[in-house]
Amino acid sequence: MLNKDSHFIKDIFAKEIKEEATRVGYGKGLLEAGEKNKNIVALCADLTESTSTHLFAKKFPHRFVQVGITEQSMASVASGMAAMGKVPFFSSYAMFSPGRNWEQIRTTICYNDVNAKIIGSHSGVSVGPDGATHQALEDIAITRVIPNMTVIVPSDSEAARKATIKAAEHNGPVYIRLAREKTPLITTEKTPFEIGKAYPVWVTEKPDVTIFSCGDILFNVLRVAKTLTEKNKKVTVVNVPTIKPLDTKTIIEHAKNSQKIVTVEEHQRSGGLGSAISEVLSESCPKQILRLGVDDSFGESGTPTELFKHHGIDYDGILASVEKYIK
Amino acid sequence: MISLTDRKIADLELKANDIRVSIIESLAAAGSGHTAGSLGMADVFTVLYFAVMNHDPKKPNKEDRDRLILSNGHIAPVLYSTMAHAGYFPVKELLTLRKFGSRLQGHPHRTSLPGLETSSGPLGSGLSQAVGMTIAEEMDAGEISNKFFYCLLGDGELNEGQNWEAIMLAGKKRLHNLIAVVDRNNIQIDGNTEDIMPLEPLREKFLAFNWHVIEMDGHNMRGLYQAFLDAQSVAEKPIVIIAHTIPSKGVLSFQRDYRWHGAPPGKGPEDRVKKDKQKEVALKELKEVRGEIEEKIKNLNKE
Repeated sequence: MLNKDSHFIKDIFAKEIKEEATRVGYGKGLLEAGEKNKNIVALCADLTESTSTHLFAKKFPHRFVQVGITEQSMASVASGMAAMGKVPFFSSYAMFSPGRNWEQIRTTICYNDVNAKIIGSHSGVSVGPDGATHQALEDIAITRVIPNMTVIVPSDSEAARKATIKAAEHNGPVYIRLAREKTPLITTEKTPFEIGKAYPVWVTEKPDVTIFSCGDILFNVLRVAKTLTEKNKKVTVVNVPTIKPLDTKTIIEHAKNSQKIVTVEEHQRSGGLGSAISEVLSESCPKQILRLGVDDSFGESGTPTELFKHHGIDYDGILASVEKYIK
Repeated sequence: MISLTDRKIADLELKANDIRVSIIESLAAAGSGHTAGSLGMADVFTVLYFAVMNHDPKKPNKEDRDRLILSNGHIAPVLYSTMAHAGYFPVKELLTLRKFGSRLQGHPHRTSLPGLETSSGPLGSGLSQAVGMTIAEEMDAGEISNKFFYCLLGDGELNEGQNWEAIMLAGKKRLHNLIAVVDRNNIQIDGNTEDIMPLEPLREKFLAFNWHVIEMDGHNMRGLYQAFLDAQSVAEKPIVIIAHTIPSKGVLSFQRDYRWHGAPPGKGPEDRVKKDKQKEVALKELKEVRGEIEEKIKNLNKE
């Protein structure tokens, strides 16, 4: 059953559910954080509306820097601004930032240990028709491996808003992974969000299977949990919005109690959440783990629905894989 | 800033000579590192740290300090040697360069040593950082800010596309508190810059991006000092000083040979000096230069 502490919306499984893209939540959060702290500044590489940075830019034009299509320079410009006491948030598509400018992020932000925030929108196959060139499926892997970095994957727009505000309060480099596509708004203002915390969102005693997930795919994972529960399977779902630092305590605690473990993410199977969980459990609580995600392949053009289905990470695909695994 | 007397100029030349001696000693002790660019930039560093910049080695974080951003981090030996002689840390610590546990990392690491404004080494990112710093300063202080941001770049480094992204942004933002210095020594690891990837016409390239360009001899102390004064008087444009320098300047036996770019004394080309004599010869030649400066000072005192 749904964990009451999650404070989700009332009828999460209703046919009609309000939708909003996580990038919109970022825009709202940035504006809110900017109102509280005058040192917050924003940079964007010619994608101001696509990344919802325009809300901030409109309100605080003096604190917004349009750098043009220069993702590599943008990361280092942000580093320089942070060195002067600013709290820069810089945004583009995840494929280009942190994709194209990875080394600048590693050296001038993380190695320098400055307080800059990397906002990567349009991650995952949900980008849809633009195709593989624009579908970042490796960004969690390349950011979580860098020392000093914090990596957050919010599960809906409201979580993205909170993540942005928390990132602004956190002193140090943060990467926030966002998506283009509208997805169900399942959390509320009351839903807890702290950097470094994982949250059991669907709970049961002595589960047959525990599913760890992150990002807006969480909604379909919850639907799968509901179906499995109706089929008398015992399921726990843990939302892991912070991939780094990982909430190892919560993860180990739930893994220990569970027969089987599954991870679900809209990312390459290697290097992302599934890998992070496997690393922890292989040391502290070795168990077989089924990792669902994109299997060492690029995306392609199509509707998000078609692409999720193709990669086996839509509702039906996740359900089928988990059922087969726990049979 | 005040105009400099001939005696003060001669003192700066002595200081640059001390710094070059420290560069040779620290590189020889390290057994690896970059000689040519480090020696070549000693005069620019001396003028900045001992005559131009507002800074305080005892208060390396003082808020109103000017910022020096070294983009081509491989010439760290000249940065460290200058900082040590300016009083940021003991000169003898220079012998720990590149060694395990040292604050003097092979390429500068900001959080390892007070007084470093950034970490650098991977080429092409320093100017973007300096641009970011200048933009942040102008957001707060506006155009009346008297704080200057000195970004030192190698010429070979200008091959990196990121520089041109930063050059575009600085031109767009008309950052007159930003003063870049290009070490125009015409060499990079694989050979001469115009063979590897031609930069000329370099002056015109910067002009085309709306920069103010000053081109000059990078070893003339008075000229360098005046160039920085000139740069500070420019409004509405970022400034680049294209400083023509001689690779390995000061050590006659190493000068102008690109093969000294990435070699330390003891491991350099042997055409002119055998490896085991390279440190000794370099120090001897620097001592001769020192003698000439001291002679000049003697004559000045007589006048």
